[in-house]
Amino acid sequence: MFKNITIGQHYPIESFIHDLDPRVKIVITFLFIISLFVVNHFAAYLFVILFLSTVVILSKVPFLMVLKGLKPILIIIIITFLINVFMTSGEVIFSLGPLDITKEGLRQAGFMGLRLILLIMGTSMLTLTTSPILLTDGIESLLNPYKKIGLPAHELAMMMTIALRFIPTLMEETEKIMKAQKARGADFESGNIFKRAKSLVPLLVPLFVSAFRRADDLAMAMEARCYRGGENRTRMRQLGITKKDIYAGIFTLIYLGIVIYSRFYW
Amino acid sequence: MVIMDKNSNIKKENIIEIKDVSFKYGEEEELAVKNVNLNVQSGEFISILGHNGSGKSTLAKLINSILLPFEGNVLVKGMNTKDKEKLWEIRSTAGMVFQNPDNQLVGTVVEEDVAFGPENQGVDPKLIRKIVDESLKKVDMFEYRKRPPHLLSGGQKQRIAIAGVLALNSDCIILDEPTAMLDPEGRKEVMDTIKMLNKEQNKTIVLITHFMDEAVEADRVIIMDEGELKLEGSPRDVFSKVEQIKKYGLDVPQVTELAKELKMEGIKLSDNIIHVEELVSELCQLK
Repeated sequence: MFKNITIGQHYPIESFIHDLDPRVKIVITFLFIISLFVVNHFAAYLFVILFLSTVVILSKVPFLMVLKGLKPILIIIIITFLINVFMTSGEVIFSLGPLDITKEGLRQAGFMGLRLILLIMGTSMLTLTTSPILLTDGIESLLNPYKKIGLPAHELAMMMTIALRFIPTLMEETEKIMKAQKARGADFESGNIFKRAKSLVPLLVPLFVSAFRRADDLAMAMEARCYRGGENRTRMRQLGITKKDIYAGIFTLIYLGIVIYSRFYW
Repeated sequence: MVIMDKNSNIKKENIIEIKDVSFKYGEEEELAVKNVNLNVQSGEFISILGHNGSGKSTLAKLINSILLPFEGNVLVKGMNTKDKEKLWEIRSTAGMVFQNPDNQLVGTVVEEDVAFGPENQGVDPKLIRKIVDESLKKVDMFEYRKRPPHLLSGGQKQRIAIAGVLALNSDCIILDEPTAMLDPEGRKEVMDTIKMLNKEQNKTIVLITHFMDEAVEADRVIIMDEGELKLEGSPRDVFSKVEQIKKYGLDVPQVTELAKELKMEGIKLSDNIIHVEELVSELCQLK
């Protein structure tokens, strides 16, 4: 059941967006998130939507895939929307028993809902178009300057890589232990939530034991292969800024300019 | 130390020298390795046999400087494993492949994993690319370079681990029961790769195993028991001592055992048969 699991939601095709340097993509995503909070007109949202749809079209990722990212947080969006609709005081336009729907409430709810949706879609564009490995490389490289103030950039990246490497292995192992426990009469499916949580104990204990054993082995294997932390370490894969990254950067700056202008001068 | 090789008259250097080495895991523990002396020549293929707890894996870790001897010295290419400054050079010279194929691959993609060693050595990125491609081609895994390791078979994973050691540019490869967790198909793949590296790439091989059929392929077999070196010699000599080997909790290769049984039944066979082909040809010559 876990055999073909993909980590993250990387959609591996070739496109302008996929080819961009992961660092550029991370920075652009951050700027995009900030821009969402700068916007205070519905009209300015048009530019945000225009920007995001340009990215989606250029990335060649099917629009449905992008929407899929919204599924897990749909509930949160709906709750946020409802709370904003009913809890904002102002000019009442419609009454539903004790609840009042106000003009300001609707506006606020629409704003928040749209903001959340765009936020999730924007960030999932980053994970859809960047493989987890490249993402890790990008994060490591971006955090590198902060090494001086004691941020363990290399160690963080190494931990992420190892986690990515071992998630499928541990998944397989979970499945194996589950089967072994089922063969001995363990029941993972029936009973109430507490019962089911309790039945996970015989699954998690062996899994943890084996994970620690693996960690021990891996540490030895890494040392045997001359691993000594991040110092003087080189990387086979080099990140490089190309013309495409510069175009993407200019495009983002123009977009940011418009958004900031709309905030202060409209 | 330079020794004249009897067969080829070429001077061969000892790549590994183990001198009076003892080791224990803790102050209170018993010695895991007792007073072992062993030299391995450059380009040689030796295999170390022994049942569980005989100290053979400990010996391997002593060579790679993962463990340091309690007494005595281990020299790799003349460098003492106790010398902290030479640590990385020693580990680059004597690369190590471990038993569990899953627990020694670091990279999320095959080529990424093979690159791990040279990256640690601080090799120039362009050169790493070349080294990785070459290493993968040597173990015949080049077409799998973009795969994630968890989608490979056990034998393939071990070949990737071997490629990782090749990428370190190790002269000597120590393999600690590399086939113990593999199916017969995977075992064959790995053994073929090891033999090829020894013959064609002139790599020194130290193979730790408990499969007799694998040990037979070596130039020299060493049998360990309770931390001591018990028997040493060519596979033919060592496996002719059937009774003694059984005393150490080991088996002789199946074909040797069969030949011995046949001899006891009165069939005329020579004393030291270790390969299946030998037995076949001898049996066919019988009247």
